[in-house]
Amino acid sequence: MMNFHKKIETNVVLLLLGILATIIVGGLVEIVPLFTISSTIEKVEGVRPHSPLELAGRNIYLREGCYNCHSQMIRPFRDEVERYGHYSLAAESMYDHPFQWGSKRTGPDLARVGGKYSNDWHVRHMNNPRDVVPESIMPGYKHLNRPLKFADAGAHLKTLSLVGVPYTADMITNALADLKAQATPDADVTGISARYPKARLGDADGKPEVTEMDALVAYLQVLGTMVDFTSFDPVRAQALR
Amino acid sequence: MTLEGIAETLRSLWGLWLMVLFLGIVFWAFRPKNKDKLESYGDIPLRDDDNEER
Amino acid sequence: MTQATMAQRGARTDATPDYLDDVVKKFVIAATFWGVIGFLAGDYIAWQLAFPVLNLDLEWTSFGRLRPVHTSAVIFAFGGNILFATSIFVVQRTCRATFFGGSTSGNILFWGFQLFIVMAALSYVLGFVSGKEYAEPEWWLDLYLTVLWVIYLVSFMGTLYKRSEPHIYVANWFYLAFIVTIAMLHLGNNLAIPVIFLGGDSFMKSYGLYAGVQDAMTQWWYGHNAVGFFLTAGFLAIMYYFVPKRANRPVYSYRLSIVHFWALIFLYIWAGPHHLHYTALPDWAQTLGATFSVMLWMPSWGGMINGLMTLSGAWDKLRTDPVMRFLVSSVAFYGMSTFEGPLMSIRPVNSLSHYTDWTIGHVHSGALGWVAFVSFGALYYLVPVLWRRKSLYSMRLVSMHFWIATVGIVVYITAMWISGIMQGLMWRAYDSMGFLQYSFIETVEAMHPYYVIRAIGGLLFLAGSLIMVYNFWRTIRGDVRNEVPYESAATAGARG
Repeated sequence: MMNFHKKIETNVVLLLLGILATIIVGGLVEIVPLFTISSTIEKVEGVRPHSPLELAGRNIYLREGCYNCHSQMIRPFRDEVERYGHYSLAAESMYDHPFQWGSKRTGPDLARVGGKYSNDWHVRHMNNPRDVVPESIMPGYKHLNRPLKFADAGAHLKTLSLVGVPYTADMITNALADLKAQATPDADVTGISARYPKARLGDADGKPEVTEMDALVAYLQVLGTMVDFTSFDPVRAQALR
Repeated sequence: MTLEGIAETLRSLWGLWLMVLFLGIVFWAFRPKNKDKLESYGDIPLRDDDNEER
Repeated sequence: MTQATMAQRGARTDATPDYLDDVVKKFVIAATFWGVIGFLAGDYIAWQLAFPVLNLDLEWTSFGRLRPVHTSAVIFAFGGNILFATSIFVVQRTCRATFFGGSTSGNILFWGFQLFIVMAALSYVLGFVSGKEYAEPEWWLDLYLTVLWVIYLVSFMGTLYKRSEPHIYVANWFYLAFIVTIAMLHLGNNLAIPVIFLGGDSFMKSYGLYAGVQDAMTQWWYGHNAVGFFLTAGFLAIMYYFVPKRANRPVYSYRLSIVHFWALIFLYIWAGPHHLHYTALPDWAQTLGATFSVMLWMPSWGGMINGLMTLSGAWDKLRTDPVMRFLVSSVAFYGMSTFEGPLMSIRPVNSLSHYTDWTIGHVHSGALGWVAFVSFGALYYLVPVLWRRKSLYSMRLVSMHFWIATVGIVVYITAMWISGIMQGLMWRAYDSMGFLQYSFIETVEAMHPYYVIRAIGGLLFLAGSLIMVYNFWRTIRGDVRNEVPYESAATAGARG
């Protein structure tokens, strides 16, 4: 009887172990090398962590579920490169926690939307997409006109630095000031411009306080603009794949 | 050997040893000797509860 | 204690243990309820794509916030409750043992899981999401679910451990693989650091451990295997119990089911990268993903054959038993979508289908045709058994549900095939001058009629589920509809 019982016990545990062994292999072989093989992410110039305002905008992008309809991943096809710009590099999302490559294009890809439209266009588009694109089926986002909550901007940067985004102590200390400076016209921007090159400066929506709209537009305007493609060698990058 | 080297070697060999493992399972399952025993397990759901026959 | 109850109890103890069925009943009701809610949410957002005014310009009702409500409601709330209901029902009966932890763990699982669903739905609507598809709950909900899942695993394994049937029936293998793998995927994909630990103001926000390409791979390792283990392995367990049970004949080949099991769980886990074709994911990973996806076609069809052939020699049941029709059609839909899936994972096909509605159509042929249909079959079987009714209120209504839902699915996936392939072709179309022929917004405009047709298909599917609700309500009340019964082959033969 004892032996019988023991056998049953081992069987349940054996089944569990068999399942575990079977399901672990695939993940190990596919995921672990992505962290260890250095050619996974190309070496390119220009990719920097998001400025505090862009980060706040990015969090709004997540909150509103924009990824349900917009991708941020241009594939290396002629039509996509002509429509959206240079195909996306792994390096361009290397500081994105989480990634936002998306899986569906109900709306267009946004990987390089930065700089394509004016701030004003974005604000009008968010308030009512059909004001600027009559056939659009995107929801309106009027509620983004409310003030942005950003008192803990430093804590966000600190958390991200803990998971590997190279925010410096200087960036974390100045997070709050940088956020305000980026969204305020005529502010002293020497600090933020040095810390976050190419950040789109200025008040997007013209409202006196920093709004969620300002943050989202700052994020959209930097998308895909960080890498200087004049210094990017696709042949070398391909060879490193 | 570097990690990349190990990953490379594993990638070239896993197909082989997994196929062996798989064929082993198929062989075990479809061995004529095991047929009656294994197929009798298929009756388990049918024997489970008499009150449920409707 | 009266003589009668003594006798009854005596009869029950030597035939069958006193199974924990109250909790299964609750899970059955919850599954039915969340199914309707999930279908409704899905159909509403389908209409939003056709008529954007339905977004109402409110933050809580925009497509971006409601779509996760739909996906989570159908996958985790409807599918999850079905899996809880059937796994607790099946594991007890195939082990001839009562549920480990009894009604305590059963009720913790039930109420705990319903609370999870409500909290998740609320947090999506209010905008507290992680930003990863099908893994939207924030860190605190992830932790809570982990605790529940451990209780589930312990209860399930405990039941297996104390079983009196020497062999562990294959359905339980699939259930166990589903529970264990979901635990691994959930933990692996959701590792995150909350900002509140570093002085942040919000309890609701965290940043995941991985970024960019690694995050993408981890996410689709999770996402694809949520399909593979939640929506496939778990529901194959349902097939392996309820199809033989309903047909009253053993599974076609038990030996095939063993090979099916190991091949399926091994191959599925690799297929994730096919969601990332032509992206910045390294080519070797994409190739691995595509290769395994194509190989996956074999065990999938092995399983389909095993399910369908269980009916061999009893095909007349398809005509005489609408519940059987749900179960068998689900297996046929499973075969169809597991053929389409590997096809779409081939890179040139994927270059056309990816980012389009073709993917949405594919998902729904699996989700509606396979997952929901096998669930309906199991529910129609379970309700009279659990409530100890002689039969369902009406078999004719089951048949009606079947046809309405089937038409709905066909309308849905046909519309999505056309719109998906059309949009994919429009994106890459060039005019004679060598310029892109269509602006993006022109391709959106072209989708409109198909979005309307799809939403109508969804409406039909929803209507079918409401017929099911009515049928359950009357069945549980103890009513039997006065209707012409379906002939069995025997009676038809006797009549000549």
